[in-house]
Amino acid sequence: MTAKVQQNDKTLASGFEPGKPAIDVRDVHKAFGPLHVLKGVSMQVMPGTVTVILGPSGSGKSTLLRMINQLETVSGGEIYVGGVLQGYRHEDHHGTDRLRRLSDKEIAQQRSRIGMVFQRFNLFPHRTVLENVMEAPVHVKGMSKADAKAEAIKDLTRVGMQDRLDHYPSQLSGGQQQRVAIARAIAMHPEIMLFDEPTSALDPELVGEVLNVIRSLADDGMTMVVVTHEIGFAREVADQVVFMDGGKVLEKGGPEIIDHPSTERFQGFLASVL
Amino acid sequence: MSKKSKVQKAEPDIPNKIDALPQRRPGPIVAAIIVAILAAQLIHMIVTNENFEWPVVWKYLFNEHVLSGVAWTLFLTVASMLIAIVLAVILAIMRKSTNPVLRGVSWFYIWFFRGTPVYTQLVFWGLISVLMPKISLGIPFGPEFWTWDTSDIFTASRAAVLGLALNEAAYLAEIVRAGLEAVDPGQREAAQALGMGPSLIMRRIILPQAMRIIIPPTGNEVIGMLKTTSLVLAVPFTLELQYVTTTLANRIYKPIPLLLVAAIWYLVITSVLMVLQSKLEKHFGRGFNGQSGAVAAMGPADSTETRRAEASAEASQDVQMIGLNA
Repeated sequence: MTAKVQQNDKTLASGFEPGKPAIDVRDVHKAFGPLHVLKGVSMQVMPGTVTVILGPSGSGKSTLLRMINQLETVSGGEIYVGGVLQGYRHEDHHGTDRLRRLSDKEIAQQRSRIGMVFQRFNLFPHRTVLENVMEAPVHVKGMSKADAKAEAIKDLTRVGMQDRLDHYPSQLSGGQQQRVAIARAIAMHPEIMLFDEPTSALDPELVGEVLNVIRSLADDGMTMVVVTHEIGFAREVADQVVFMDGGKVLEKGGPEIIDHPSTERFQGFLASVL
Repeated sequence: MSKKSKVQKAEPDIPNKIDALPQRRPGPIVAAIIVAILAAQLIHMIVTNENFEWPVVWKYLFNEHVLSGVAWTLFLTVASMLIAIVLAVILAIMRKSTNPVLRGVSWFYIWFFRGTPVYTQLVFWGLISVLMPKISLGIPFGPEFWTWDTSDIFTASRAAVLGLALNEAAYLAEIVRAGLEAVDPGQREAAQALGMGPSLIMRRIILPQAMRIIIPPTGNEVIGMLKTTSLVLAVPFTLELQYVTTTLANRIYKPIPLLLVAAIWYLVITSVLMVLQSKLEKHFGRGFNGQSGAVAAMGPADSTETRRAEASAEASQDVQMIGLNA
C-alpha cells in the first residue's frame, strides 16, 4: 500500500488549506416546485477525510451530493468548496449586494475540481474504455492525446481495468463499468470525489471490487463524500458519518455513531438495513 | 448436406441431440406458389409486351441529357439535404433552448414549413425576385449597408436547392429533436461532472449518440428528397432527371420507355444511398451492439439462420417444380 501511495500521491495532492474545510455546506435548502426536499442542511468535510452519508431513500442525500457538484441548483443557503462559493458570485447591483449566477464556463471550471461517480455509471456508450477516460483530459484540459492516453492507462491500471482498454461499456459487467467510471473521474485529478450510491446498481458479488477501489482512494488521502447503504463500509472507512432523514441532518459524528445511534430514526434505519 | 456438418463442428457436442423433421407448414407453401405464379406472369408481361420498347430504353439510358439530369438530381438531393441537416440541428437545439424567443422562432419555422406544400414553397422561391426585386443588408427600419439584385442571387438552381432545404429542415428538425431527447439524461450529467461545457457536451456526447436514432428516419428523408427534386419544375428549374426524360419523351412521342429510364436511374441512386445509410448506421451504432455478446451469440444464431436458409431453398425448389408442371 505504501508503494501505491508514493506512486499516486501526486494524483491526489489537493490545493486545500489544512485545518479549513474542503466542503462547507451552510444551511442549504432545496425545493423542486412545491416539494421541499432539503430543509436546512449544514455539514463540513475536512481535507483528506471520508464522509459517508446514510439515510432512507427520499431523505435528500443524493440531492445534497448533486448540489455540491452543481447538478442541482441551490434554493437557499451556501455551499463552499475550498473556500469558494459555488454557483454564484457576489455582485454590486445598483448599490445592493446581490448574487449573480455564474456562466456555464465558470460553473464547468468549478466542477472540474470535483469528480463524481454515479449509481448507474453513466459511461459514454459510444466510446471505448480508453476513450471514456481520455475524453475530459483531452477536450476539457487540452492535454495531448499521447499524454492523456498514458494518464488514462495509469488510472485504469489503478482500478484493475488495464486489460479492457478497447472494450465498449456494453461489453463490461456492472462492477467493471463502475471501476472505469472511477478511473474516468480521477483522470481529471479532482481534489474531491463524490460517490452517489456507487454499488446500488450492482449484483451482490460485484460490490466488493468497487468498494475496494474506493477504499484504496481513501487510503491515499482523497477527500470523499460517499452516499451508500453499505453500513460495513461506512464503519470501516468513514471519518465522519452523517445520517439524514426528511431533508435534515439528524445525526453527525465519527463512525462510532453507527454502533451507538442516539435517535430512534437512525436506530430504525440501521435495523432495517443491517 | 455438407453445409450442415460444417455448422455442427462449431456447436457443442450434445449427446442426445434431436434430429427432428421440419414442422409441416402447408399455408406458406400454398401462398408461395400463388405469389410465384403472379410474379412469373408479371415478368412474362414485362418481357413480351412490346409497348415497353426496351430497345428505346437502352438507347436513352446513357443519353447525355439523361446523364446530366441524373447529375443535377443528385446535386439537388445532396446539396439540399446537407443544408437541411445543418439547419435542422440548429432548429432542434433552439427548440430546447431556455430562451423563449429562440424556442418560439423554431416552433414557428417548423409550423410554417411543414404546414405548407413544398410545391407552393418552390413556386414562391421562384417568384421571390418579383416580391423583392432587391435584397439589402442593414438595420431594420434604419440604414442599408449592402444591396443586391434578387434575381442575381436566386438563380433557378439556388432557389431550387434553398426551397427544398428549407422545407426539409422543418421535418428533419423534429427527427433530430426526437434523437436528442432519446439520449439518457445521465450522459449529460456525467459530462457536466467532468467539467465539460454545454457545446462540448452537445458535440462530443449527445449528438453522436443521437445520430444512432436520427439516421434511419433521415435515410428515409434522403430517399424521399431524391424524388421530391422532381417538383423543382415549379421554380422553374428544368435540368433534373424527371423533367429531362419527360421532355425527351415528348420529343420522340414515346412516354413509357423514358419513364422506365427515369425509374431505373432513381432505383440505382436509391440503392447506392441505402448502402451508404447502412454504413453510417454501423459507424454510429458502435458500442451499442454489445460485440462480446454478439460473438457469444454468433454460433447458435449463425446455425439457425443457415438452417432457415436451407429450408427456404428447399421450399423454393418445390415451388419451381410445381411451377414447371403448371
